[in-house]
Amino acid sequence: MKLLKSIASLSALALMAATPAVAQVKLAYIGEISGQLAVSGGNFRDGVVLAVEEINAKGGIAGQRINLTLYDTQTNPGVARAQTQKALDDNPYAVLGPVLSGNVKVTMPLFIQAEMPHFIGGEAADLVTLGDKYLFRTSFGQQIGMPKIANYIRDEIKAKSIALIWVNNDFGKTGRDNLLKELASRNIRLAADVSTEAGQVDFAADIVKLKAANADAVFVYSNEEECARIMREAKRQGLKGPFVGDTTLLSQKTIELAADAAEGVQGHVGLTSDAPLKEVEEYKARFQKRFNYVSDHNGIKGYTGVYAIKYVTEKKLGGKFDRKALAEAMRGLTITPKDEPGILIETTWDQNGEIDRISFLAEVVGGKQKITKILPKIGK
Amino acid sequence: MADFIQLLIAGLATGGIYALAAVGFTLLWQTSQTINFAQGEFVMLPAFFVLIGMSFFGMPFWLACVAALILSMITLGFMFKKLLVDPMLNHGTLPLVIATIGLAILMKEGVREFYGADAWPFPPLAEATNVTVLGAALSLQSLIILGITIGAVVALQLFLSGTRTGRQMQATALNPSVARILGIPVERMILYTFLINAALVMLAALLITPIYLAKFSNGELLGLYAFIAAIIGGFNQMRGAIVGGLVLGVIDNFTAVYISTQYRLVVPLVFLIIIILFRPQGLLGRVEERTV
Repeated sequence: MKLLKSIASLSALALMAATPAVAQVKLAYIGEISGQLAVSGGNFRDGVVLAVEEINAKGGIAGQRINLTLYDTQTNPGVARAQTQKALDDNPYAVLGPVLSGNVKVTMPLFIQAEMPHFIGGEAADLVTLGDKYLFRTSFGQQIGMPKIANYIRDEIKAKSIALIWVNNDFGKTGRDNLLKELASRNIRLAADVSTEAGQVDFAADIVKLKAANADAVFVYSNEEECARIMREAKRQGLKGPFVGDTTLLSQKTIELAADAAEGVQGHVGLTSDAPLKEVEEYKARFQKRFNYVSDHNGIKGYTGVYAIKYVTEKKLGGKFDRKALAEAMRGLTITPKDEPGILIETTWDQNGEIDRISFLAEVVGGKQKITKILPKIGK
Repeated sequence: MADFIQLLIAGLATGGIYALAAVGFTLLWQTSQTINFAQGEFVMLPAFFVLIGMSFFGMPFWLACVAALILSMITLGFMFKKLLVDPMLNHGTLPLVIATIGLAILMKEGVREFYGADAWPFPPLAEATNVTVLGAALSLQSLIILGITIGAVVALQLFLSGTRTGRQMQATALNPSVARILGIPVERMILYTFLINAALVMLAALLITPIYLAKFSNGELLGLYAFIAAIIGGFNQMRGAIVGGLVLGVIDNFTAVYISTQYRLVVPLVFLIIIILFRPQGLLGRVEERTV
């Protein structure tokens, strides 16, 4: 019996050796799959997974199937560093993530040392100023978005004073600092400056502070779950707004969680699956069919990040998998949906990895995000 | 003044929910010397029972709540006692405490695996409208939460002091040996406390989840606040837990507004240390003496 088993095992091994191995290229997603920012990290991951499945179904990148490994940072900087080291030890071609700006910062030295291109979801303004030549954004940094928002507050809302509620982490702090600078230059007064904690669940006291400020508009700048809780509490306490915000406040997940409390919220969105563009609409339908929920901007970030890697590898590097060349080719690059449909919206990266795209003004109407205006790329 | 009243009501409403969870701590401690460190997760789980009833079985909200109540009493009451507390209690309090910490992790990770790490919207018990009192626009939802909490506590107090079963439960809590000699079915009385705790956490879940949103990690903070509330008020007195919860909710809100949001958890903890130093039995607790 033992002899039979040995023969069977050897035969199986021989058969495996005789089968031509399918060439594979390794990609890694290091992101916030669990913990406080799981909503964002989960959406980003699903965007990555969808892109990988689509690309593999069409033969992979330059004929090599993508082998994607997922690493969960648990929204914890310590774990993010350990997971990044683990991912880098596996020698991937490129990395998607992290999404949380704080995690991008703590893992940055590891990426620089490994000379590893990484396509991040973080939006903190200073991420592209820290000397990481291998970092590429998948959405605007706050220094791009905040001037547009400040213009919107002055020209569309016509507010003279703002009550600001923000989350006290890397994302919220740099966003607040950039916004205050832009508001001051437009003579818009800060009536209240309410800082909150990441993962905070009870906003009753914070809403009382906002009510007392009696400002022309309330600016909400936090992560999706917290935005939803803030809006729910605001409705509970009868705070009328108008509420203005950035991409997270108007994201599909925030609208779903806040339900009717999100009605009437308006602002600027850098990226949205409700964009009135054919490629984005088709992406939204494919995502919903695959995951049974509507993608928010983080899903698009992950999805377009993978397609950027594919485009550059195939069209700029001639199918050569060279990390340093990938990073070099990304700088100053523009990809249009005509070049690569998976990029969804024409996108340009500058020498620091910052991004330029069209963006949108939006409002929540009937539980859905309605795009009211398309703003041009800054470089146009 | 209007801000003060709004903060007070919001604080009392949140504190009322902490109180419901804290009462569970004291009930289990008094009748079976069980410190349940999974109490926060006990509040988190029934919300998911309701969501499962609504999304998987298509139940209307009220029916899902009834089903969740029954399921909570079976799992968080009966099964918790029979499968975890009874076998562990013979080994002393500490192993049981560690077991409940393990249970908390199991429940949290189980929900995350089954339902995901995302937050989920949860239907509120009332529309988000305001009532104006003394010039302050008060949230109707906060008033309802406060009303339901007070109603639940009064009903529990009436049950414990006004019914035969309630008095038997109190006797069991005071001295189980003497209660047994007097013919009181002590085991059954202890089981009743576990079932009451399950009903209380279900009620707390219905009140808090529309504010917190349903999420696997909700129990961490709730459990901590409920535990602090029980110690502040007095671990061996139900009314102490209620006062502790309400005081904690108010302190939390006033700290966030008048001191700093960053220090909102620090001030209750400082208050806890002061209580432990100067009144270790809690605000309304009784001194327990032990012969050594």
